[in-house]
Amino acid sequence: MTLDWKLGGVLLGLVFFLAVLLVKPIGVSTQFVILDGIIGDAVNSELVTKTEEGYTSTNAYLAKSDGKYAKSVANPLNYSFVFVLAMMLGAFASNMAKGGLSADERSIPQIWRNSFGDTQMKRYAVAFAGGFIALYGARLAGGCTSGHMMSGMMQTSLSGYIFAAGAFASAVPVAMFMYRKEN
Amino acid sequence: MSLVLAIIIGAAFGAVLDRIGATSPNWIGKMLALTNLNLMKTILTAIGTGSVLMFAGQMIGLVDVGHMSVKAAYVGVFIGGLLLGVGWAAAGYCPGTGVCAAASGRKDAWVFIAGGLLGSAAYMVTYPAWKASGLLDNIAGGKVTLGTVPDAGYDGLMAMSGDVLGIILGAAFIVIAFVLPERIGGGAMAVAAE
Repeated sequence: MTLDWKLGGVLLGLVFFLAVLLVKPIGVSTQFVILDGIIGDAVNSELVTKTEEGYTSTNAYLAKSDGKYAKSVANPLNYSFVFVLAMMLGAFASNMAKGGLSADERSIPQIWRNSFGDTQMKRYAVAFAGGFIALYGARLAGGCTSGHMMSGMMQTSLSGYIFAAGAFASAVPVAMFMYRKEN
Repeated sequence: MSLVLAIIIGAAFGAVLDRIGATSPNWIGKMLALTNLNLMKTILTAIGTGSVLMFAGQMIGLVDVGHMSVKAAYVGVFIGGLLLGVGWAAAGYCPGTGVCAAASGRKDAWVFIAGGLLGSAAYMVTYPAWKASGLLDNIAGGKVTLGTVPDAGYDGLMAMSGDVLGIILGAAFIVIAFVLPERIGGGAMAVAAE
């Protein structure tokens, strides 16, 4: 069961408000880059290096904005990275408290079974490709559903509206095409 | 202190995403296919609530305007949005709900994260080409808000008070959440059920 949309919406809005009241607006997708950087730096320690002013990287993306991302890679215990780990903890606890998911759901969501059946590899292939495209797009856009759409539109930022227009323009037709079978 | 806040606000965000159904591809899929708009109503209400509280808080001095963080507008924002939309609809996860879904035991969400890590790595490698293309160059002033928010350090597209506009738009989001129907368009089964 999900919360009534009025209660759920107000609760979610309060979380976004608390974030901007106490720290800064919520965002997630940058942390995929930070984790990539942490993994990359573990394999090749030349990736992120300390400079006199801060940090830099041999990768132009990590080095941009005066090494802002390189700094986070070098110091994973920063607010934004820990925030995402805590999100996982919160979702885990909330889901456990309501009894957890069925084994079927954990394996393949119902909406996928309705249209595409029970073949696990098929679902995983699309989940992998979907993750690839979603995060490539989020980094190109400079944010995702959290940072651009929710935090951005909440702050009346133009970029949030541009992002939301793009995201729904493609997501709605793709979903209408994929999930025609409702049962 | 900041890490304590990260844990508290992050955990609250994850728990609420779980309770509103945002971590389930079933609800995401129905929302995007327009067959059940409950989650859309939830999200619109959340944006509206957050907006009204934040801008009202700024007007009375409760919220530090310096906490605002407005991202730049450029053509790549739209292209990136289009790409994210495809992955969001196909997988049923976006970056934030994907990590929460994985934590709640969904195996396909872990696969989504693996794909996401590779996708963001691919962007890190191809970033210089995007940069050179000019598609990352600011449009309409870059980091701008719709109205002009006093002392925020961002330009406004319109001269009107960004705080007042933020409250009006926030209220509008909530009104839209109320007037939005449960679903848009039929589907033979839904008609038969009625």
